Amino acid sequence: DQLLNRPRSLSGPSGKLTLLCDANTDGSFLVHHFLSFYLKANCKVCFVALIQSFSHYNIVGQKLGVSLTVARECGQLVFLEGLKSSVDVFFRAQAEPHPLQFLREANAENLQPLYEFVREALKPVDDGEAAWRCPVLLVDDLSVLLSLGMGAVAVLDFIHYCRATVCWERKGNIVALVHDSGDTEDEENNILLNGLSHQSHLILRAEGLATGFCRDVHGQLRILWRTPSQPTTQRDQSLTYQYKIQDKSVSFFAKGMSPAVL
Amino acid sequence: MAAVATCGTGAGSTGSVVAAGSKNHVTSFQRRGPRASGSDSSYSRLVSIAGTRPSVRNGQLLVSTGLPALDQLLGGGLAVGTVLLIEEDKYNIYSSLLFKYFLAEGIINGHTLLVASAKEDPADILQELPAPLLDDNFKKDFDEEACNHKTAESNIKMKIAWRYQLLPKMEAGPVSSSRFGHYYDASKKMPQELIEASKWHGFFFPEKSSSTLNIEPCSLTHGYIKLLQFIQNIIYEEGFDGSNPQKKQKNILRIGIQNLGSPLWGDDICCTENGNSHSLTKFLYVLRGLLRTSLSACMITMPTHLIQNKAIISRVTNLSDTVVGLESFIGSERETNPLYKDYHGLIHIRQIPRLNNLIYDVSDVKDLAFKLKRKLFTIERLHLPPDLSDTVSRSSKQDLAEPSKLLGPGCGVMAGGKKHLDF
Repeated sequence: DQLLNRPRSLSGPSGKLTLLCDANTDGSFLVHHFLSFYLKANCKVCFVALIQSFSHYNIVGQKLGVSLTVARECGQLVFLEGLKSSVDVFFRAQAEPHPLQFLREANAENLQPLYEFVREALKPVDDGEAAWRCPVLLVDDLSVLLSLGMGAVAVLDFIHYCRATVCWERKGNIVALVHDSGDTEDEENNILLNGLSHQSHLILRAEGLATGFCRDVHGQLRILWRTPSQPTTQRDQSLTYQYKIQDKSVSFFAKGMSPAVL
Repeated sequence: MAAVATCGTGAGSTGSVVAAGSKNHVTSFQRRGPRASGSDSSYSRLVSIAGTRPSVRNGQLLVSTGLPALDQLLGGGLAVGTVLLIEEDKYNIYSSLLFKYFLAEGIINGHTLLVASAKEDPADILQELPAPLLDDNFKKDFDEEACNHKTAESNIKMKIAWRYQLLPKMEAGPVSSSRFGHYYDASKKMPQELIEASKWHGFFFPEKSSSTLNIEPCSLTHGYIKLLQFIQNIIYEEGFDGSNPQKKQKNILRIGIQNLGSPLWGDDICCTENGNSHSLTKFLYVLRGLLRTSLSACMITMPTHLIQNKAIISRVTNLSDTVVGLESFIGSERETNPLYKDYHGLIHIRQIPRLNNLIYDVSDVKDLAFKLKRKLFTIERLHLPPDLSDTVSRSSKQDLAEPSKLLGPGCGVMAGGKKHLDF
């Protein structure tokens, strides 16, 4: 699969919030990686997919070696397809509260229905027949919630609530993608990004190359490990790799060591 | 470059497409209605919709945008279920032309059209569509034209700049009588009988705005709500989302929305900075949801140069699938710049979607310019002409440096560095 050459272990301390961030480029390959990674590691995953349809993730997932349809059928994956549900919510009044309720409301205050959905989805199953490992919440992506009328504070509150439930109560992980708007003065997005960067344990930042477009090096990935809770006697570690996305995997190499250049 | 690359990988990947045939039926983008999931007959039925073809890269169903040159840049065409956003040029000349090409392509292929505009009556827009060029007539004219500008680059082997011989040319004329993508003559109008034979629905905002609202108020402006309801009605009634199983012949719905975001729709993002900033983005989101669950493709032209709040532009770009920006030289100082004397404007491909794939087709050529000849809208790589004057004055050097700085940054999704290497 992926040639990620950084140490990753699922048995390590869980309860982590990983922030995926992309600036000037498309960081969705990271989302696909985490989705297939957690599904293969037998975790129960709740995927809030706001930006693409189910079949898109399914097809890419098949290239990466997981089948989302199978996972969904056996209960390992709970998939909220934002695009399809938004049409349902928008045009037909729902009887019970829908996770995307805020689309109908003029001044939606908070994302509580969405949080309830996540909490319900990642509830531990009591019969214990299918013992999944730690629950995982994946969100793709949070910046869309800002575009749909929620304020940055509401989204931060949502992540905070999810963190309390998923990370502390259930010892699971959260992975969320936020776009970095860069030069454009999108203040709400900056508030969201800064707030999440402060809270997260691991930040993966995919950036475009500073010199422009290149066919062989698609971008640069910066990995930053943080320990937000402990006082920083140890410094945060960071690594930078450049990457090229291929059909079924992503290859990473150190800066300047692209096979095209050597 | 993109055409060569896709042909090369196409040979390899069609093999795998055929081999994984059954897998593709389930995983094609058309998995919507209860019928269209995993059966041989439905797959062949989908492929046989007029005017579409599957993409060689990911089996996506593509329709032509009406401009074969643009199709080539977008990786074969516009994928069904996606939104193509055209950022308008300043005076809305070329973007409305692209809009008309899109609609004309729909009429030629027999697709159903949905035209929405707040400025012009859709019936009037349809009257002004360009006429299609029949291959034999055009080939004659094109050959004559090619003979007239006898550049002889293609025939003579280059002796000095021999490396450039290897670069493929961008296609400028009709190569074969392809049924995907047609050429249009902008000086002639589409024949009336073709327009009348086609099926279209029009949404003219001033007419529809008077009727009453019957859903609870949300933050979308009135015009957008009505447009969404209209689109959803058409999709549902005509069975584009697979809900009506009586339909024998599947067809594509082409939606064209003109000048979205302009004040004529009742949206004030072009007027103030702190207007209703979520209306347009919500509209795009729900529209995309509608498109993903139906056999339709949408082209939207948007006057982004008028939007005051720049954050909205980036949000809109993130919410659309394909974004193409047009920048015409009319009225700007570039009109008289000797660099651009052959061209009418620049075209920027800002975003191409990665659908069902980790990678996408992206052309290597980032500096693209377009020109509108009498019968042809060509998109070509922009070449900086060699600086042959003996006395290069300081001001002209400045002029050359400025636009070349702007040519540097490439497609925003791939890498949008502002700094560039100065050699």
